[in-house]
Amino acid sequence: MFKAGDYLVLLALCALLLAAFLQLGRHAGEASSVIVRQNGTETLRLPLRLNRLHIAHGPLGLTEIEIHNGQARIRRDPSPRQYCVQQGWLRHSGDIAVCLPNRVSIELAGPDLAHDSLAY
Amino acid sequence: MTRSPTERTLQASTDDHRIASLAALAIALGMVDAAIPSPLPGVKPGLANIMTLFALHTLGWRAAVWVTLLRVVGAGLLLGSLFTPGFWLSLGGALASLLLLGACRALPERHFSLVSHSLLAAQAHLLGQLLLVRLFLIPYDNILVLFPPLALAALLGGVANGLIASHLVQAHDKD
Repeated sequence: MFKAGDYLVLLALCALLLAAFLQLGRHAGEASSVIVRQNGTETLRLPLRLNRLHIAHGPLGLTEIEIHNGQARIRRDPSPRQYCVQQGWLRHSGDIAVCLPNRVSIELAGPDLAHDSLAY
Repeated sequence: MTRSPTERTLQASTDDHRIASLAALAIALGMVDAAIPSPLPGVKPGLANIMTLFALHTLGWRAAVWVTLLRVVGAGLLLGSLFTPGFWLSLGGALASLLLLGACRALPERHFSLVSHSLLAAQAHLLGQLLLVRLFLIPYDNILVLFPPLALAALLGGVANGLIASHLVQAHDKD
């Protein structure tokens, strides 16, 4: 049933598959969007693909959220200790920066895989 | 009544009958495919492809194309998915695997059996579908995350269908 070439094809495909899974492991931490929360509730979700500056209005003043090259950071914030600004660029899914005094936070979220098709 | 001079009668050849019955079997297997619950969208055994492989080896590539296209349209009609995204994905995958099966004829038969053809066709099917999804349905690279698990499923399904198809071809050749 199996001939020599079949084993060759199977082996080659297994190698490709392994490479694909390893690549997936690296890919998993990748973020695709920024969730902006104010007072703990999500107010906005911005894609990381597009560079932009978003300004959130908190109780203390303006928090500037910058998206650049697939990364996001708090560029400016009125908080006294500047923790969220010092955190710098966020790159990976799950990374989070909280500006507690101004009640603004950003969190990176991974790819959303939405399916609405049942029969492929 | 006199026959009109433009009237033509088409004679169905034995091959036509064979293609029709293989396509009917493929549609039935396609229904089984659709009824099997799958853990991930897109993971299916692809049983209908057994008939494509069988047609390829007993009747040739053109017959395999006919059986596959009839199956895709027939299954689309029966499932009510004709011209829905699912139908286009099915067609895209089918065309990709048919093209690859056409190319597979170059593989020497001494070293490569139906199992190779089935394995490669299964991966081509998946690639054709993913390409369509990426281009038209979900235009983000994120869907590539789906590739490894789907490729694994295609690998397993490819081996299983290849083995079943070669059993069928052997049984057919003995007759």
